[in-house]
Amino acid sequence: MLKKLLSAMKAALPHTIPVMTGFAFLGIAYGILMSSRGFGWPWILLTSAVVFAGALQFVGISLLTSVFDPVYAFLIAIVVNARHLFYGISMLEKLSDVGKVKPYIIFAMCDETFSILVSASPPPGMDKKSFMLSVALLNQGYWVLGSLIGGLIGPLLRYFDTRGIDFVMTAFFVVIFINQLREKKNHSPALIGLSASVICLVFFGANQFIIPAMILIILCLTIFRKKLGKEVEQ
Amino acid sequence: MILTTTQSLIIIGVLALGTAITRFLPFVFFPNPQSAPKYIIYLGKMLPAAAISLLVVYCLRYVTFVASPYGIPEAIAITVVAVLHIWKRNTLISILAGTVTYMLLVQFLFY
Repeated sequence: MLKKLLSAMKAALPHTIPVMTGFAFLGIAYGILMSSRGFGWPWILLTSAVVFAGALQFVGISLLTSVFDPVYAFLIAIVVNARHLFYGISMLEKLSDVGKVKPYIIFAMCDETFSILVSASPPPGMDKKSFMLSVALLNQGYWVLGSLIGGLIGPLLRYFDTRGIDFVMTAFFVVIFINQLREKKNHSPALIGLSASVICLVFFGANQFIIPAMILIILCLTIFRKKLGKEVEQ
Repeated sequence: MILTTTQSLIIIGVLALGTAITRFLPFVFFPNPQSAPKYIIYLGKMLPAAAISLLVVYCLRYVTFVASPYGIPEAIAITVVAVLHIWKRNTLISILAGTVTYMLLVQFLFY
């Protein structure tokens, strides 16, 4: 079993190299940020192991350093990660026959693991289950290790001015945004998302715009379903 | 740290729970993938791109255009990211250059 998993990891490794570089950088940035707010490596290990959601973990730093409000934190977690609902919907079929490892793969389905699992397939002769598990394990491994390294070298960087390092997340999403525009012919969902978010930000303010924006996005997608649905099929 | 250890653990717990719910819910609702409604499948195709746009705006939610520095550091750094990424297509270089640009701007020019 262990031998099988090791050979699956070898096969999965090349697919995860871009994620490794990205997660090393983002994970280290997360670890540095966490330690700069007084959270040592056990806290970093814990959040990266049990939450494992890049964007939310960054948002989580501010939730951990402001007024105690678990209900708000829970809602933020749902809202920031709502997009995972749709990754799940896309993976329903692919994960229907992976057996005992299914719960872990679903748990570890971040943006990056999702994009690898929908696009890459295991080499001939290798079973799908071990391959998918390997992708998920490797990606979470990069994230946990990266954030731990950041947390451990964070205190050494006391004299290093980290102001502005949180821009790394903005840059990350801008890059994904550009990738999406490049990959997809139909730019309407991205543009609907952008305009709905900006409109709701203006009307509801920085702290309350996400839920209205999501509702407006769903509303627009529903209203234009006939038109957009056709473009999807083409 | 403002929160106590217990409070911090609770926050991390609800973050993990909320995340797990978003990841597991479709599998709970549609144990049989063939029977998922067409509307859900349509949303699944359209929402990833819309969600990324929402996240870009979310990251920039505290930027103000009516007071100094008028969003100028963000505008410059995002331009660096976009130009580099369209030109070189290297995720790591784009993110690294944009972040370093932003850090230099807010630490030395606009503070």
